[in-house]
Amino acid sequence: MSEAIVVSNLAVRYENVLALDGASLTASFGEALGIVGPNGSGKSTLLKTIAGLLTPAAGSVCVLGKEPRELPPGTIAYVPQIEAVDWSFPATVWDVVAMGRFPRLGVFRRFGNEDRKAARRALAQLRMEDLAGRHISALSGGQQQRAFVARAIAQEPRVLLLDEPTTGVDEQTEESLREVVRELVASGLPVLMATHDLDRAGDWFDRLVVIDRRVIAIGTPDDVAKSGAYAGIREHTHTHGHMRTDR
Amino acid sequence: MIEHLIAPFHYAFMQRAFLTAILVGILCATMGTYVILRKLAFIGDGIAHASFAGIVIAYLRGTNFYLGAGIVAVITALGIGFVHRRGRISLDTTIGVLFTGAFALGIFLMSRQRTYSVDLQSFLFGDILSVGSQDVIMIVALALVVGIVTALLFRSLLYTSFDPVVAQASGMNANAIEYVLLVLIALTIIISLQAVGIILVAALLVTPAAAAYQLTNRFAPMMALSAFFGALCAVGGLYLSYYLASASGATIVLVATALFFAAVGGKQARLAIARRR
Repeated sequence: MSEAIVVSNLAVRYENVLALDGASLTASFGEALGIVGPNGSGKSTLLKTIAGLLTPAAGSVCVLGKEPRELPPGTIAYVPQIEAVDWSFPATVWDVVAMGRFPRLGVFRRFGNEDRKAARRALAQLRMEDLAGRHISALSGGQQQRAFVARAIAQEPRVLLLDEPTTGVDEQTEESLREVVRELVASGLPVLMATHDLDRAGDWFDRLVVIDRRVIAIGTPDDVAKSGAYAGIREHTHTHGHMRTDR
Repeated sequence: MIEHLIAPFHYAFMQRAFLTAILVGILCATMGTYVILRKLAFIGDGIAHASFAGIVIAYLRGTNFYLGAGIVAVITALGIGFVHRRGRISLDTTIGVLFTGAFALGIFLMSRQRTYSVDLQSFLFGDILSVGSQDVIMIVALALVVGIVTALLFRSLLYTSFDPVVAQASGMNANAIEYVLLVLIALTIIISLQAVGIILVAALLVTPAAAAYQLTNRFAPMMALSAFFGALCAVGGLYLSYYLASASGATIVLVATALFFAAVGGKQARLAIARRR
């Protein structure tokens, strides 16, 4: 495995608050790297910085050998923790998933057969073909989450970033997301995923990184569990989470 | 009936007025789709009022009012985007501050002139019947520019309207696209000023698109329906104003308002029928 993402001594600041302070880690092609840590530990900040949405105050982020903002459109797919979108927006599930193709198309290329096929494949992977024509406001929380993961997959990215996609979804949705992530990892994609769910970390991830503004521990889920860094996080995170129900 | 429909076209100024009204109706309603979905309804009002300063400056310098209004409108639109992003000030506050400032500048400059014979009402309420051949050429040219750029950026505008954060992460420049959209809205407003005036132009941006939003839940049909409503209101309003001898801009806007309430009623009726089934 070679390194797809290299984060070196990363510091990110929100005005006067230091959200990350000297975090370093790497992620390889064909690797699922889980990111765990208490609320406010910088998990989302780390993913946003790798996605090029935030500018480092110090240190660097290198994705596929370049700074995130220098990458060609469509390279990084990011699924944020809370989709702060307008759910009354005039769009069906198909429309949302098809948007995943837009960054690659640029201004002049048409949305063609290849794009339709990619969107259909993504819908099939998330078992959402039957919902393609449904308006997004008529989806349950779990279905909305799957639609956004489908959009990310339709993009055919070279790096996938997921911010707590399983928070509040039912077991069936979680399992279908896990299967999709493992398929993508098996195909060589590097996947970084922030999570609160430590119980099944071994099923999801090849390695786990524990952060609390900086990297506390990194290794296989078993190694991290043995390191003791895991225990404090587990105690903390079990007090969190809200349940969404899948219709 | 046919005679009544044809009668206004016996006059060249009415032919120009209809062409202008249709162009303005379609363009405003098309851009209005983005205005509605990005919750920018206030911006139409703001940019239109700000352009008043440009109109006054153009008048004082003896230059084309499209040029003066256009420059001030575009600067205001970009200024709104810049101050909102860099100053982390809410969009409605930014618009409120900048547009009143620019509008006040227009009044200030006008008040400094000892003699002026400008019909202020024609700027405020529009006068589509006074659109000349040169104006039509200018309007068609600007409408083509706005239409072509909007068509080319259709996907980018759609994605960044729906989910700007994820669009940005996937490599689209959501900030630049927003600035381009603001400029397109500013140009649309300038094109529309002579037809409906500063006070009423926001209605053409918002109302047809809001009516279309009641009747469809897909983006492309919403935009197409909005453009159709825009043209329908423009033509219907102009006919009514011709036979009622009323102000054309106000009549167009009143037709649009009636259409909006008809669309709301239609949606409620459809929902009631669906509930009964």
